[in-house]
Amino acid sequence: MVTTFSRARKQRIDALVNSGDEGSSLLQDAWARLKGSPLFWFGAVIVGLFVVLAIIGPWIAPHDPGAQLLIDQTSRARNSIAPAQDGFPLGGDTQGRDLLSRMIVGARQTLLVGIFATLIGLVGGLILGILAGAFGGWIDTLVMRIVDVMLSIPSLLLAISIGVLFTNPNLTSVIIAVSIPQIPVFARLLRGQMLAQRESDHVLAARALGVKRGPIVFRHMVPNSISPVIVQATLVVATSILDAAALSFLGLGSQDVSQPEWGQMLGEAQGSIDSHPQLAFWPAGAIIVVVLGFTLLGEALREAIDPKNRR
Amino acid sequence: MLRYTVRRLLQLVLVLFVLSLLLFIWLRSLPGGPVTALLGERATPEKREELNAVLGLDQPIIVQYFKFLGRVVQGNFGQSTGVSPGTSAVDVFITRFGATVELTVGAMIFGLALGVPLGYMAAKRRGGVLDNGYIVLSLIGIAVPVFFLAFLLKYVFAVKWGLLPPSGRQTPGIEATRVTGLFIVDGLITREWDASWDSVRHLILPWIALGTIPFAVIFRITRASVLEVQGEDFVRTAEAKGLTSRTIRNRHVLRNAMLPVITVTGLLTGLLLTGAVLTEKVFGYPGIGEALYLGFTKKDYPVIQVIILAAAAAFVIINTLVDLTYALVDPRIRAR
Repeated sequence: MVTTFSRARKQRIDALVNSGDEGSSLLQDAWARLKGSPLFWFGAVIVGLFVVLAIIGPWIAPHDPGAQLLIDQTSRARNSIAPAQDGFPLGGDTQGRDLLSRMIVGARQTLLVGIFATLIGLVGGLILGILAGAFGGWIDTLVMRIVDVMLSIPSLLLAISIGVLFTNPNLTSVIIAVSIPQIPVFARLLRGQMLAQRESDHVLAARALGVKRGPIVFRHMVPNSISPVIVQATLVVATSILDAAALSFLGLGSQDVSQPEWGQMLGEAQGSIDSHPQLAFWPAGAIIVVVLGFTLLGEALREAIDPKNRR
Repeated sequence: MLRYTVRRLLQLVLVLFVLSLLLFIWLRSLPGGPVTALLGERATPEKREELNAVLGLDQPIIVQYFKFLGRVVQGNFGQSTGVSPGTSAVDVFITRFGATVELTVGAMIFGLALGVPLGYMAAKRRGGVLDNGYIVLSLIGIAVPVFFLAFLLKYVFAVKWGLLPPSGRQTPGIEATRVTGLFIVDGLITREWDASWDSVRHLILPWIALGTIPFAVIFRITRASVLEVQGEDFVRTAEAKGLTSRTIRNRHVLRNAMLPVITVTGLLTGLLLTGAVLTEKVFGYPGIGEALYLGFTKKDYPVIQVIILAAAAAFVIINTLVDLTYALVDPRIRAR
């Protein structure tokens, strides 16, 4: 009686296993949800176009972004700048340079600020987060106290504080200033995820099998904790671009005029905002669109990897 | 509860101590320095040394720090050297603090008053036109740099149409009695309605510009949180019991959905402070954000120290208060 019952059960299980329904991994599931999300496609298209522009920008710009081609129509005394004309669809800036070319070439620097600031913040945060999450104990306490102190200063204030350390601000100093406030954010996020992993069954199983701490951390805990961090990174690209623009606005942005950057252009334009608002509108508009793109992308990713949305 | 509060306060003291030491060392490693800022690049070495000695900057940094700590315990942060020379840094802070409080509290009210109802409505009509419209609106609120929005508002409403004053805190020439340092409240207390109204007019544009930050965040959190609570069993039970939709909304959905909103309201303080630096600069509004900006450009160590330490303290205190508010909203925490 008992044997027939267990045999029947075994057959049922075998049938289920061989039924062809292999289930789907978290990533496949997430991708399926992403494909159907208009927010994702909207964000992805914006980010894609922006990256392409950043790569090919210098080759498609109609003029040299640094050359003062329209300087004869530009006069500080009469407060005039070159209007839109043949070959210069957006006109010139306060230095008589072609605004359109500067906008196109500026995409690359803007992307570099966003990407590198995020990478530095990410790497710093990963190191701190893994240290805290892997070892626990006093290391965890120490790291988290450092993180608490860093988080107790509002991010832009911290960026300003670091920005003023440089006598001649350039792109690198801006990137460093913008990236450091992001470190504690990543660190805290990763640590929280790893703490949850540490108590989970698969880590317990690995520990019981005698796997060493290193492989447990890097093969079991980190890969399972990383996705929210990646999502956060997408959003941080957007904040970095915004923070860099804010630094420029406060006069702490890159002073290197040979390489235009949208935030820097926006900062330059504030002096003439009442007479020539278009000088601010173009870079500001570009920043808004790109930031919107990264934000949409990040939000769509966040929704997609959320296990709550799994059916 | 009491033990928790005490522990948080001790933690605050520790954070402030570490921060003040870091801040002190960091400020003194900045290029330039107050002497160059005051005397200019071409001052004679003798004059520089003289001023250095007057300001106490010729001593070793550790000695300077402990002297500073000793004075701070007595509530003396030193004299301002650049923002308003001669007055004590604490006075600079206090006179400007009221201005920033009026700005940030107003912006926060703007964010809450718009964000919570719109977030609730969006969640109720999930996926609808209104929902998507509000989402796009809040995303744009995140993507637009605060200072650019401030410029835009100033350009359209103050410069072009002249509806509202473009800068400042009060029209010069208005004689108002000062009681609390909060101009709007002062006018209400002394019944100088026109003075109050004048301050409000100066604040409308900064409120909106700065208020988009809390609005965008609060809207999104409210929406997500209402969506989550709506699916809970107790809401279905309440519906099954035949409670009115108003009771369900106020007692069951909103009350539970408010917890995360309260959390972010605390976290938003930091964002508001940085936003205030930018907003105050655009509108020439004499708050602590503007003082901080001036402090950096003029290397005014005492003023920077007071403001950053106060900002960090406010941040920690507000977040402690937020944690305590949980207990008021959520009886489960109170019982523990």
